[in-house]
Amino acid sequence: MSRLTSLQDNIIRHFTAQGFVFNHSKNPFVSLNAEAAREQLAVQNACDELTLVLTKKALLDVATQLRDGAEFCFEQLIDVCGVDYLTYGIAEWVTDKATGSGFERALDPEGIPVESFSESRFAVVYHLLSVKLNQRLRLKVFLDEADLCIPSLMPIWPAADWFEREAFDLFGFLFEGHPDLRRILTDYGFIGHPFRKDFPVSGHVEMRYDKASERVIYQPVSIPARVLVPKVIREDSRYLEAEHPHG
Amino acid sequence: MAELHNYTLNFGPQHPAAHGVLRLVLEIEGEVIRHADPHIGLLHRATEKLAETKPYNQSIGYMDRLDYVSMMCNEHGYVLALEKLLGITPPIRAQYIRVLFDEITRLLNHLLWLGAHALDIGAMAVFLYTFREREDLLDSYEAVSGARMHATYYRPGGVYRDLPNKMPQYEPSAWRSEKDTKEMNENRQGGLLDFLQAFCDRFPQRIDEYETLLTDNRIWKQRTVDVGIVTAERALQLGFTGPMLRGSGVAWDLRKKQPYEVYANLNFDIPIGKNGDCYDRYLVRVEEMRQSNRIIMQCIDWLRKNPGPVMLDDAKVAPPRRAAMKEDMEAMIHHFKLFTEGYTIPAGEAYAAVEHPKGEFGVYLVSDGANKPYRLKIRAPGFSHLAALNEMSRGHMIADVVSILSSQDIVFGEIDR
Repeated sequence: MSRLTSLQDNIIRHFTAQGFVFNHSKNPFVSLNAEAAREQLAVQNACDELTLVLTKKALLDVATQLRDGAEFCFEQLIDVCGVDYLTYGIAEWVTDKATGSGFERALDPEGIPVESFSESRFAVVYHLLSVKLNQRLRLKVFLDEADLCIPSLMPIWPAADWFEREAFDLFGFLFEGHPDLRRILTDYGFIGHPFRKDFPVSGHVEMRYDKASERVIYQPVSIPARVLVPKVIREDSRYLEAEHPHG
Repeated sequence: MAELHNYTLNFGPQHPAAHGVLRLVLEIEGEVIRHADPHIGLLHRATEKLAETKPYNQSIGYMDRLDYVSMMCNEHGYVLALEKLLGITPPIRAQYIRVLFDEITRLLNHLLWLGAHALDIGAMAVFLYTFREREDLLDSYEAVSGARMHATYYRPGGVYRDLPNKMPQYEPSAWRSEKDTKEMNENRQGGLLDFLQAFCDRFPQRIDEYETLLTDNRIWKQRTVDVGIVTAERALQLGFTGPMLRGSGVAWDLRKKQPYEVYANLNFDIPIGKNGDCYDRYLVRVEEMRQSNRIIMQCIDWLRKNPGPVMLDDAKVAPPRRAAMKEDMEAMIHHFKLFTEGYTIPAGEAYAAVEHPKGEFGVYLVSDGANKPYRLKIRAPGFSHLAALNEMSRGHMIADVVSILSSQDIVFGEIDR
């Protein structure tokens, strides 16, 4: 797609001129060294979509330029969402070779075991749209579990308001500069961030009416964690061929 | 005694004008709104988290339940994201069927919206008329998928099955005479396309009827003109899409600007408003119904002339034919694997958006190569619209909040997800 590559070229040209350094890794977990002297960016082009990976230090600056730059004109923030990469690429049932063990239903109250996680665990993903130039761009900022603060984009796109509240609610990201960072989707008084991968689908507490005390009470969930269909990752040869057409 | 200036009014969550389960905390001065704080999430079901726990195809049905008045358009967004990552394109006939049902869905949505909007403002009759037309459209849903609302009809690689050649018939009963039954079955003698053709032929006059009731109605105009004005620039900043953006005068429609399926082959116009008030948004949606009718007619013509497959012939994503399963072991295995484990999608991420009746409905899908989504994010158009309610209603009267809210076409299934 020519429009996509021209946007990619524009981004690289525009930000290289300002001293940004581009990382050309195709790895989705491209790790940007936030402590480096020069600001780092990475552009990835996949599925006819362009992703710009950046550090949170550069976020406000780059976002402002993407909105105001004549060749970008991203006047709309379409979406903000969080991603938790804790169990990325880890299958519940490994079937490399014939297995006698099978997968027992309702087997696994602990969920997927996580050994060690070396990459940044979280990412905040922004989707931008330019109505004027009819183009889209995805911004991605990786966050370490130790520091979940990230600047709020509300001063640049007011639409970020509720989207950031939602990401805070579901993942616990702290958007600095957001005037009203309250929970939005979960219940009043909810504890925890439910879209993190270590939060069970059944939750931690359940609610029932208690006859003795004549009010609604919370108690630990009584239903066991259940996996009906295990998560399986298959090395599908068709897709491998697509990536290496001559190999 | 201290003089009381502002006080707080709780509106909803159990209120017919709250469009479901909206709790609105209004800070008012006399009858003037100073601040509106919508509390949402009362319908939060964590659809996105649930989708992470099951194979891809099992979540199609969840999409229907997001915006439960425009079911198939939600499915469409999800299915497009899957197809983008899988790198497959459905057969052309399936694409026409999807467009046909997207537009039927748009009519369903706008008819319900028009009825509810009018009811909120105080015009009772419109609701009854719009539900008369919705009946026929829901019958088409039923004829093609077996369900009147939650169809689960779109699949990655096409649609579940081809359009039926026969419409179900009414039967006489204790409360329905032979004569009435015959009348009701009059349009049902042919297939689904004939039934829809008959609908399309009479529908423009029906829209004229609604407009007779509303468009020049003095009370209607008093309640909607200059209420909840959003300028084009502000609408963009607030993340508006769909009729909300077009009502403010921005000519932006994904069907035209980033055409998906076969929209590029079809003729239709994009109506835009001028002032960005509730009245303009009403006019835009009414005109969109006329345009959808045009698109449906073009799809009917094409579908009549061009039979063909409606599902990709790829056993890795589509179930094999019943007959083949009886004899062919490959087909049997494919069927078994598909319905137990599902299919895996190559690692990567994709964002697919459709022009949903309410705006841009986007699905952001992250896959790690498994048979379940790693992360699914649904971008619901109503979410950013409702976020702007505070700004839109500030300085208006309490009664105007109801007009503004219903002019946003709010459905909590998609906002709370």
